[in-house]
Amino acid sequence: MPEHTIKAFDTELQDIARMIAEMGALVEKQIAAAGTALMLHDVDAARHIIPVDLEVDKLQQEIEHKTVLTIARRQPMALDLRETIAALRIVGDLERMGDSAKSIAKRVISGAGERSPAEALHALARIIERVRGALRQVLDAYTRRDVERALGVWRADQAIDAEVDALMRELIAQMTADPRKIPICTDLLFCAKSIERFGDHATNIAETVYYMVKGKVLDAERPKSSAVQYGTPARS
Amino acid sequence: MIDVAEAVRNRMPAVTALAEKISVRGLHFYYGKNHVLRGLDVPLYAKRVTAFIGPSGCGKSTLLRTLNRIYDLYPNQRAEGEIIMDGKNILAPEEDVTLLRARVGMVFQKPTPFPMSVYENVAFAIRLYERLPRAELDVRVEQALRRAALWDEVRDKLGVSGMSLSGGQQQRLCIARTVAVRPEVILLDEPCSALDPISTAKIEELICELSSAYTIVLVTHNMQQAARVSDFTAFMYLGELIEFDRTSTMFTAPRDRRTMDYITGRFG
Repeated sequence: MPEHTIKAFDTELQDIARMIAEMGALVEKQIAAAGTALMLHDVDAARHIIPVDLEVDKLQQEIEHKTVLTIARRQPMALDLRETIAALRIVGDLERMGDSAKSIAKRVISGAGERSPAEALHALARIIERVRGALRQVLDAYTRRDVERALGVWRADQAIDAEVDALMRELIAQMTADPRKIPICTDLLFCAKSIERFGDHATNIAETVYYMVKGKVLDAERPKSSAVQYGTPARS
Repeated sequence: MIDVAEAVRNRMPAVTALAEKISVRGLHFYYGKNHVLRGLDVPLYAKRVTAFIGPSGCGKSTLLRTLNRIYDLYPNQRAEGEIIMDGKNILAPEEDVTLLRARVGMVFQKPTPFPMSVYENVAFAIRLYERLPRAELDVRVEQALRRAALWDEVRDKLGVSGMSLSGGQQQRLCIARTVAVRPEVILLDEPCSALDPISTAKIEELICELSSAYTIVLVTHNMQQAARVSDFTAFMYLGELIEFDRTSTMFTAPRDRRTMDYITGRFG
């Protein structure tokens, strides 16, 4: 891609991309920290996550501000326009992922993870690893403008959904069998839902990367895991 | 070179429903030995705005000059190929160019009011083609000034010189003069490049309104203007049509690398 005649335009776009990578890395750290805090029921570690989320929010504001200024100054067209719109969308998804990490942390502080069934915790740990991988991969796809890599994340989300579904069924079975486990398992259910949302946001980012590079919307129906059995509405 | 217009027709079934007011086919143009249009094929759809963009010297103004054969006024300039308007080749020698210029009006970059009153600027154009009683002429002048969104500003000073109006008003006066003779096609060659932003906005608003009645061809260096007012955009480079598409596609996802480079400011 040749440079813009106006060099400062290139610098602005590069700055935005760099800041998004930075924000993504911070969110990935937050997800990992929330996962570890949950596994180890480490309340101190969970407490540390909450102020860091403010940094995530601040980065979002800075990136949005920079992007809005670029739109106002440069009136971007075509690929540049798609890049700036993509930036606004991606930071929105990253910010929501940060919020989900924070909400897991809050549940750990209020007792989630304590005396939780080990199998369920292991399943959660596995899913967290998957969503972290998805986030890493989709951020990489964004940085490299790599549609294939983005599509990989997009397709892989169904495996994450399937694992979350299986875990939810397992938790519901445990609650049915032993009502004393309801408080513990409900916490884990909420955590599982937050973790599933990580995957959904990574998928959104994958779709944004596709749009940014290709200039068209990814219109194929995303593969979904089998119908949800446990009586909660399937997410759209 | 690929037939861009044909490709567009194939790709977008909706476009086939549009009527081609003018079909430019295999158009070549020469200033003496200088070959500036190199086999241009492009449709101009009826009652739509088509914008031509491209770097200076790409041939977009030259194309405009062929559409009403204004180049005929200059020696050593010639066009080859076909420009079919309503089924007839307007490049044919038997074409009545005076009548053609009434059907295909043109507005230039710099406002060109005549040194006469506002009223006469418009009436003069009508009288070139029609003999009308005064009362009827008054109605036609008013209609034209209203169409050009100028009436409210000049209704009380129809007798003042057209040259005393502001730049934006002068340009709208020229548009009034053009629409007064009831053309079918209006050619606009950088109509806002000498105007301030408010006058520009008024002209752009006017272009959108006029497009419900006329086929409009706009040459502009202002990409945002093309994006704002046109339905179709053509990108020209070195006398060739590089890409033609709906404006909404051209400015968000152009297909050709050269179009992309040009509209994003990466050119040369």
